[in-house]
Amino acid sequence: MPDQQPNKHNGVPEDSSTELSSAFPETPTLGAMGAQPLLDKEDLSHSAPQSAEAVGVTDREVARSLWQDAWRELRRNPVFLISGVLIVLLLLVAIWPGLFDSTSPLSCDLSKSQLGPTSGHPFGFDTQGCDVYARTIHGARASITVGVFATAGAALLGTLMGGLAGFFGGWIDAVISRIADIFFGIPILLGGLVFLSVIPSQSIWVVVGFIVVLGWPQIARIARGAVITAKQQDYVTAAQALGAGNSRMLLRHIMPNALAPIIVVATIALGTYISLEATLSYLGVGLKPPTVSWGIDISSAADTFRNAPHMLLFPAGALCITILAFIMLGDAVRDALDPKLR
Amino acid sequence: MSSTAVSARAKTGDTEETPLLQVRDLHVEFRTRDGVAKAVNGVNYSVRAGETLAILGESGSGKSVSSQAVMGILDSPPGFVTGGEILFKGRDLLKLSNEERRKVRGAQMAMVFQDALSSLNPVHTVGTQLGEMYRVHKGSSKKEAKLKAVELMERVGIPGAKERVNQYPHQFSGGMRQRVMIAMALALEPDLIIADEPTTALDVTVQAQVMELLGDLQREYDMGLILITHDLGVVADVADKIAVMYAGRIVETAPVHELYARPAHPYTRGLLDSIPRLDQKGQELYAIKGLPPNLLRIPSGCAFNPRCPMAQDICRSEVPPLHAVTEEDGRPLPGRGSACHFWKETLHG
Amino acid sequence: MGRYVIRRLLQMIPVFIGTTFIIFAMVHALGDPVNALFGDKAPDPAVAAQLRQSLGLNDPLWLQYLHYMRGIFTGDLGKTFSGEQVTSLLASAYPTTLKLTAVAFSIEVILGIGLGLVSGLRRGKSVDTLVMVFTLVVISIPVFVIGYVLQYLLGVKWGIVNATAGYGAPISDLILPGFVLASVSLAYVARLTRTTVAENSKADYVRTATAKGLPRRRVITHHLLRNSLIPVITFLGTDLGALMGGALVTERIFNIQGVGYWLYQGIVRQNTPTVVGFVTILVVVYLLANLLVDLLYAVLDPRIRYA
Repeated sequence: MPDQQPNKHNGVPEDSSTELSSAFPETPTLGAMGAQPLLDKEDLSHSAPQSAEAVGVTDREVARSLWQDAWRELRRNPVFLISGVLIVLLLLVAIWPGLFDSTSPLSCDLSKSQLGPTSGHPFGFDTQGCDVYARTIHGARASITVGVFATAGAALLGTLMGGLAGFFGGWIDAVISRIADIFFGIPILLGGLVFLSVIPSQSIWVVVGFIVVLGWPQIARIARGAVITAKQQDYVTAAQALGAGNSRMLLRHIMPNALAPIIVVATIALGTYISLEATLSYLGVGLKPPTVSWGIDISSAADTFRNAPHMLLFPAGALCITILAFIMLGDAVRDALDPKLR
Repeated sequence: MSSTAVSARAKTGDTEETPLLQVRDLHVEFRTRDGVAKAVNGVNYSVRAGETLAILGESGSGKSVSSQAVMGILDSPPGFVTGGEILFKGRDLLKLSNEERRKVRGAQMAMVFQDALSSLNPVHTVGTQLGEMYRVHKGSSKKEAKLKAVELMERVGIPGAKERVNQYPHQFSGGMRQRVMIAMALALEPDLIIADEPTTALDVTVQAQVMELLGDLQREYDMGLILITHDLGVVADVADKIAVMYAGRIVETAPVHELYARPAHPYTRGLLDSIPRLDQKGQELYAIKGLPPNLLRIPSGCAFNPRCPMAQDICRSEVPPLHAVTEEDGRPLPGRGSACHFWKETLHG
Repeated sequence: MGRYVIRRLLQMIPVFIGTTFIIFAMVHALGDPVNALFGDKAPDPAVAAQLRQSLGLNDPLWLQYLHYMRGIFTGDLGKTFSGEQVTSLLASAYPTTLKLTAVAFSIEVILGIGLGLVSGLRRGKSVDTLVMVFTLVVISIPVFVIGYVLQYLLGVKWGIVNATAGYGAPISDLILPGFVLASVSLAYVARLTRTTVAENSKADYVRTATAKGLPRRRVITHHLLRNSLIPVITFLGTDLGALMGGALVTERIFNIQGVGYWLYQGIVRQNTPTVVGFVTILVVVYLLANLLVDLLYAVLDPRIRYA
């Protein structure tokens, strides 16, 4: 078929007509006025004079102003402020639980088994007679450690792999993408059930390691896409033409612009990883006693939920608030970093 | 085509007393987070059957928004028609119910968009999208609709229509896609077609073909045509009359060749001067200084005053009305108007 | 289309081998390979020990893997320690899980897309805010917490539904577990649908559809929704894995004797053949579902079909 060749679309029409008008001078156009970056639609937000300042800025300025804009947007966003305060508080609880509680979560009195909230013990006692408030406070550390370190690990590994795949393309891309597909092909709960049940030691770091191993492909996919997009930008092509080396290109030109989507996905993933840790612990393959963890406490409280709901509800509430805080943070960050959604 | 020929044709197309479309004092605003953007501020124009009106302006001048308001496809919110009348065959469209309005759309007035690739639905075949017009408005069967679609495609000059009717928009070239858009607009033989930058996305040779097709079809069906563009070149060959828009107002109206020969508004003159010419080779191209106004903060008085080389105090305080433009001796120039306090100086000086 | 299918199938082979191999290697390298390999042939532990010494540990892992995969393709998954065929256990458990997953999937699709559509069409309105807050809260609560709380409230306290599934797990007993299982995915689907609907409602072709004078309902169903659902369907495909994993949790809470239930029992009792067999089958189903979604994707988006 004669006219089936793919057509370029979305080109800035003014550009082409200006170009053509020099070839066909009798074709009048708005000429020099077309130099202003006009959009094909009458986009009101872009008709503001500020848009002209965007002309001729470098990629690093673009990146910097993206972060500045995002920060300005964030400070005004109540969702960010609430989740930020919550997260700071949770971090404090995780790092210095002693600040919030003087009782040890492991000193228990069986005679108080399953007693409800009383004065001095606002959350009551669990089956072993341990103070639920103390256990809830001390459980924060496990959840947040797993969440933070698993996210950091998955983000680093994912960004590295995805970045390499996207930047170099070709067989490197093919190999990394296939490996990512393989790990992506394992449903995370099923994988956890198998892997963690065969590993005898159940320290926090084993769980972190497991989540990193199964979690990185998600970040890698995002990073790969972002790097490919950034690579196709004109300023990157320009930098390449000017002879910028590979590592310099990747670190100074591509990464700053590819980072936004990675951060967004990672922040949201943090919340889901905390949830995942709790679920694994609930299934008995995550953390194990004597580690104090919300997942373990919820799991052991589940059987007696009908008689003593407080044992489940307090650690579950803490868990939900923590996850909610991180997911809200991720949402706010995404809204701030993605101007398209505003 | 001389100006007399143009007006003669305009007259022959004018069989009724009332024009096909008459827009009166139209106001449109966008209520955004940052404030109210006044996109269209009291626009008047009319189109007769068989006549072509070109609306010329930059991005943000309100040319597209005003036609979207006529069509009834304004994004609302944030866009709202806040005043005026849109008389189509004597009926005020703004007073119709949504359902009545919908029946007018597509059937009696249709629109051709700029970017046919994004304006056609990527997941339906061209035939489905063309046939949809008959299915919805006429209640045709699938089979009938498809036959009609093939007919339409042949009419707008798409070769191999029988096979191509089952293809998807991305399988067509830019020019052929725009022909599909035109076919879609033409489907129910509407009285008015609004073409919003119909050729901007196309190569220059294809541009000419598409404009020619549009012109031929307009004559054949005796339709009114509103051509929205920023390209003075497109306008010159096809239009009967021109309305130049700036910051949501019409700043100048004129029969097409008179506008080229003798602009009566400094903005129009600036536009004409910024066209590159062969005889000015080597000279620096003229550019209107400054930027189009921010619609959230339109300058007081004449909106063009910060960029106008002729601006005086009165331009900053008083909004100029659309003056009827006359010759120096007072002979009227029919169809001409200029919203400039100094139109006489601009035209004659 | 044909070339696309073949390409996807070819891409799937290494993924399939890699995924199953990883699971196999993990279990056998770190657990006790003899149990899985010789569990059915060696009821006597002494013989097993002998075999382990002479063969099992000396065999390279990939050979053991090949052996096992041959078993899978010939329908032989070994025996559980109680002497039952893993395949027969699977055959009795799988229909229940399939029913549960189907119920959950329907709830996820109907409610998720419905909420997302309403929310996306009324962006910024109170309905939208309500849906956003609801989904955010649901995402933040782990499935097992939602499960226990709803089971307690609806099943025990108010007695609206049975707290645990009865014998044979009739559909009526699976609605609450299905909802619990679907909850988090449902929230994601709603949010994703909302985003794509909001994005596409500004698309040029939706404006064209309106300009054609189509009724609003037709604009939404034939043009807006049809395009918005493409990414949602991709998500639904990958989410099948999450649903099957989540079935572990839900089946435990509601005492439904499906795959998840037996898998959990297998882990608690260190019954390796059951675990590896069930997980491998689930992964295979998951990969097939993904392939199916890929093909569906091509059906829905002609730009991919003809690429």
